[in-house]
Amino acid sequence: MAEIPMVFILAGLAAYTVLAGADFGAGLWTLFAGRGEAGHSAIRHHARHAMGPVWEANHVWLIFVLVVCWTAYPVAFGSITSTLAVPLFVAAVGIILRGFAYALRGQIEGAVGERAIEYLFAVSSMLTPFALGTVAGGIASGRVPVGNAAGDLVTSWLNPTSILIGGLAVAAGGYLAAVYLAADARRVGSWALERDFRTRALVAGCCAGAFALAGLIVVRFDAPSLFAGLTSGGGNVMVAISGAAGVATLMLVWRERFGLARASAALAVAAIVAGWALAQSPLLLPGLTVEQAAAGRSTLLAVIVAVAGGAIVLLPSLVLLFRLFLRGMLDHGAAADVGVPSPPALPHKTRRRLLEGFAAAMLVIGGGLAVLADPGLVLGLGVVCLLACAVATFALVAVESDSET
Amino acid sequence: MTIAALGGAVAPVDPGYLFQARQMQALSLAVHIPLVCFGIAFPAMVLFCEWRHLRTGDPLFRTLARRWSKVMLGLFAIGVVTGTILSFELGLLWPEFMARYGNVFGLGFTLEGFSFFIEAIFIAIYVYGWDRLRPRLHFLAGIPVALAGVMGSLFVISVNGWMNHPTGFTTQDGRAVDARPWSALFGNGYFWHEFVHMYVAGFVVAGFLLAVPYAWGFLRGRRDRYRRTALTVALSAAAVAAPLQVFIGDWAAREVAHHQPVKLAALEGLARTTRGAPEHLLGWYDGRDVVYGVEIPRLLSLLAFHDPDATVAGLDTVPVEDQPPVNVVRLAFQSMVGIGMLLALLSVVYLYVRLRHRRLPGSPWFYRAVVVAGPLSVVALICGWVTTEVGRQPWIVYGIMRTSQAVTGASGIPIGYGTLIAVYLGLAGGVGWLLHRFSRLPIEVDRDG
Repeated sequence: MAEIPMVFILAGLAAYTVLAGADFGAGLWTLFAGRGEAGHSAIRHHARHAMGPVWEANHVWLIFVLVVCWTAYPVAFGSITSTLAVPLFVAAVGIILRGFAYALRGQIEGAVGERAIEYLFAVSSMLTPFALGTVAGGIASGRVPVGNAAGDLVTSWLNPTSILIGGLAVAAGGYLAAVYLAADARRVGSWALERDFRTRALVAGCCAGAFALAGLIVVRFDAPSLFAGLTSGGGNVMVAISGAAGVATLMLVWRERFGLARASAALAVAAIVAGWALAQSPLLLPGLTVEQAAAGRSTLLAVIVAVAGGAIVLLPSLVLLFRLFLRGMLDHGAAADVGVPSPPALPHKTRRRLLEGFAAAMLVIGGGLAVLADPGLVLGLGVVCLLACAVATFALVAVESDSET
Repeated sequence: MTIAALGGAVAPVDPGYLFQARQMQALSLAVHIPLVCFGIAFPAMVLFCEWRHLRTGDPLFRTLARRWSKVMLGLFAIGVVTGTILSFELGLLWPEFMARYGNVFGLGFTLEGFSFFIEAIFIAIYVYGWDRLRPRLHFLAGIPVALAGVMGSLFVISVNGWMNHPTGFTTQDGRAVDARPWSALFGNGYFWHEFVHMYVAGFVVAGFLLAVPYAWGFLRGRRDRYRRTALTVALSAAAVAAPLQVFIGDWAAREVAHHQPVKLAALEGLARTTRGAPEHLLGWYDGRDVVYGVEIPRLLSLLAFHDPDATVAGLDTVPVEDQPPVNVVRLAFQSMVGIGMLLALLSVVYLYVRLRHRRLPGSPWFYRAVVVAGPLSVVALICGWVTTEVGRQPWIVYGIMRTSQAVTGASGIPIGYGTLIAVYLGLAGGVGWLLHRFSRLPIEVDRDG
């Protein structure tokens, strides 16, 4: 049972890497838009708008990973966050700046300061995945000992493995984004943009591949035990799957099969996450296995129940969102297709009277109970009555449009 | 950056760092909490407008709902990032707290993560789906946004309730074992008053803040039907909530008096245990008594226990090192109550005019008061959280773990704190500028894109 929450964490991490990675990558392409066939501004515009509706949902995956980690593996979480405080803080600042730039961006087209906001968005889109990649590198290379800030605050994340994984995170994001943006360009029917992002996907895909290969070589010397895990058993299988999926994506992009490329690109990135996990299992931190790091049985059970229950609500909602998004139902500037609303219904005088009476009665009963009763169920009932009074009063004062013209 | 590695798990912590870490956490919370108010109350207001549109066919309500929903999305996006920062900081600043008690309270955040997810998914469908989804379906897509906003705050506050009234675990070697997370969080009666208090505050803050630009417009003579309607909806939401808060506040104070007598003593500046304790308005606590305040005999006993002769525990019931900083807590508490009373008064005026004369108040003084009430409601909100959080000190888990035991051993907090202040100042400037710009956009009733 101790491993089940870790599976949730890894699934969340893979989802975050794929979905938010593509988001970060879109930010990267607003900076390195280049000229292309469609032109500089068209490319930037496309990169900027395509991700809009799914942005928030993609980033909640990170929160999911954090909360499951601190509930199920509290000691490991405390050790990681205290030793790797610097890159985590950098990532946090990057997330603030990026969210801030995102919220502003939509509102400022053509205004002064637009360029500055764009740069802020693009730079923070690279800084955040890089910093989070160095965190992953610090954990993977065994530089986070158990304890409150027990590791080195600098070399735990400024080391060859961390830097390469940080670079890989940025490149993989750019790659994913270019593949997705090419697919989106086809959906909106822009031939030039499709070709431009096809080129960019091929370039970024080769870069990400180069980072991955270089990473393997660096890990060979910098983190021998991780390397051993990656080149044997399940780790080896995952590395092979990732490599194969990466090459397959390049071929699919080359042949302009973007729909399939979307899936195989995601697989390539998710397989790296799985490979890392298998490579260092059963260890979570040096000298601390997943089993040892896990919280007690009832906590683990609570997490599993909560995640399973949450998933029942979450997964259909996510499917709905992505279906609407991929079908272009949430695209910007869509044609209005609004049904004719029903005719006005006039409020009746008697209804108003009833509502007034109800509000007054609830105020008297609720106020009386809330003041006279001791904390407990009776007082709770009083509070419910007061809330009902508030709703009724709201209906009275807000519904009727005022008579002054 | 001067960063040096500190020793193992029992590294001694610099008390200066503790203070800065607390300030940093407080700053991040103060930025996030007003956004939570919008998460609680804004979807309900937007949905109300859309429902009016569906009901009456009046395009004005659709325009209003649509414009507000864009602001809602922007505020939600900022809420997502400031909320992410908070979850980072829990680990970055308080790793020992997470390591030792995460198994008890973490579940609240796991559940909150899911409601955050639902909110993010449906807010996107709602805001980007205005023209594409059929009207009724679109309205339905907004309902999960409203529910998730409320559920999310419920889950987070259940954790805060646990920190103030910890149950559902056994302590062994300074860490929680045998954790029973469900009963610790939700079988814990203490969090209900905190939640209801915050829920109602959400409507007060979001309503008054939203009313500010329209009230300002009224004073400048912009009183078209769109603005009147917007003002009516926003003010009505705030005005039915603010008087309610007086009752909820009374409930909260009695819960604190019962479960956290030292916190109550701190927020009243009551040095010694007293029978028939008086209440002091204003003034300053000098370490022994409240000086320069207005004393009202027996009022504290009456308010805290609804009995003028009740005995109220004083600060002297615990050693000095277990007492919270009295003046900070007391000033925050009195500010919250004072502002809350003024807001309730303003609300009663509004409700009276609206119910009796079925119109908006005519006096410019009313609108000037509303312009001031918006920012003041945020001040009251922050003061309320300062009251309960600083009032909990020196404990992070009340009576069990000290905040000083929870703080990180990593150095460099001053750098982080400074950076965060700079970033948030920039953020505040940007948001202010954005809202200013947004309010200047022309209103197109027929085709608002």
